[in-house]
Amino acid sequence: MSSVNPQRSEKVTHKVWVRASHWIISLSFLFLVFTGIEILMVHPRLYWGEVGNELTPALLEFPISRNHQRSDWEEKIPFFDTPDSPVSAGRNGEELMFNENGWGRSLHFLAAWFLVLTGLVYLFIGVFSGHFQKHIWPRIRELTPSQIFRDVKSHFQLKIAPPSGGPQYGILQKIAYMSIIFFAFPLAIITGFTMSPAITAAYPFLLEIFGGYQSARTIHFFTSLSLEIFLIMHIAMIILSGFKQQVRYMTLGK
Amino acid sequence: MKKQIITRRAAITTGLAALGALLIPGCKQPMPPNYGNILRMGDNFTYAAHRALLPGQSLAKEYNFSEISSMPATGTINPADSSKEYFSESYEKLLRTDFENWSLPVEGLVARPASYSLNQLKSFASRTQITRHTCEEGWTAIAEWTGLPLRILLEHAGISAKARWVNFYSYDGWLDCIDLLDAFHPQTILAYGMNGKNLSIPHGAPLRLRLEKQIGFKSMKYLERIVVSEEYIDPGDIGWAWYNGI
Repeated sequence: MSSVNPQRSEKVTHKVWVRASHWIISLSFLFLVFTGIEILMVHPRLYWGEVGNELTPALLEFPISRNHQRSDWEEKIPFFDTPDSPVSAGRNGEELMFNENGWGRSLHFLAAWFLVLTGLVYLFIGVFSGHFQKHIWPRIRELTPSQIFRDVKSHFQLKIAPPSGGPQYGILQKIAYMSIIFFAFPLAIITGFTMSPAITAAYPFLLEIFGGYQSARTIHFFTSLSLEIFLIMHIAMIILSGFKQQVRYMTLGK
Repeated sequence: MKKQIITRRAAITTGLAALGALLIPGCKQPMPPNYGNILRMGDNFTYAAHRALLPGQSLAKEYNFSEISSMPATGTINPADSSKEYFSESYEKLLRTDFENWSLPVEGLVARPASYSLNQLKSFASRTQITRHTCEEGWTAIAEWTGLPLRILLEHAGISAKARWVNFYSYDGWLDCIDLLDAFHPQTILAYGMNGKNLSIPHGAPLRLRLEKQIGFKSMKYLERIVVSEEYIDPGDIGWAWYNGI
């Protein structure tokens, strides 16, 4: 997939480790999105800080399951004798709740293992083979306003170049790939770690950098949302460039 | 073409071998069954990875008194409620005398099996900790818990060197177990107090487990009995991960 790149003559195709990791990570990501939505449906409220539950105010609420704004609670009992005391309340109607986390969580983590381990191999080879330096990292001469403007303009005109057959990328494309490889995926993984009681016991600074468990959960959600927007844009560009050829190059390499 | 010093194949095999080596200590852990289920295999892989890669006795974050928050009571909220499926007649009887006749048997691979009354348990050295309860559903709450470290009870009962699992039975019908690393963790306590008062019924009276390095539902409420074992006592695949450090 290329827009205005002169490197076509090199005839570099997608390497087998790029193709394999691309599809393993894509499949893992789809499972993560699917189970992630299921997990959010069980508690469709987001918060900021360490604490958040149905007895505390939410930052955001999503009407995406029957667990949204349940009202079946026993009487609220204050813990202390102060007027603003935190309270305890028993939850009724457990059998009416939506909860598929038994398989949802385990499948989420299984897919996450595939993504993390494949991602590590990908990063390792990407750094040491020079792939990132050669194909992903923008060159200084590409970062001129006129170059970027030209690429933005051709995107708005939906003039997307036909497939080059390899990693010859336009400047916007490089910036998009860099953002997800070095920012969005790592952030999603690290905020995921921050939701693990065992991992944060070992590395408590994770809770400090994100401002608490619930902040990490909220950032995890918005990071995954940005990855989903990337996925939609990526597929749109593939279609505009030539879907069949692009998929063939990314699968068979030729 | 320039000669490659590190070939691709060498890089991948070295990476995988290094990862495998990291996980070997974890594989020596006694493992719960996976029931031939790929999800349970993933759970066990996570368990092995955590045991191999994370320091065993690091403490979960503890909070200030001012950070104590509201806390929902979920799942079983009263085993003495006869309208519920989880109703326990024996729990109802114990509740009638305010748990005066309640006691906790500690059995299995211990030199001195015994049943401990609430007052006996309270006479042991106690630990008070303000920690975050992290529910699998996605919500969290901070509370202060007071109880005796499980380690003290296991040592008092004379835990055998052959022991590998500590199993918990509850009045609302659950069986669950933890490994010895979790059982001997300094923050693993049998709590009888919450936020400066006796533990209330919705939160697991008279005694519940607090297991701070795992998800909330592993901290079993309404404890009835503890059994120390060498073999994993298999409750069957309940459809949930056994290890919940994530």
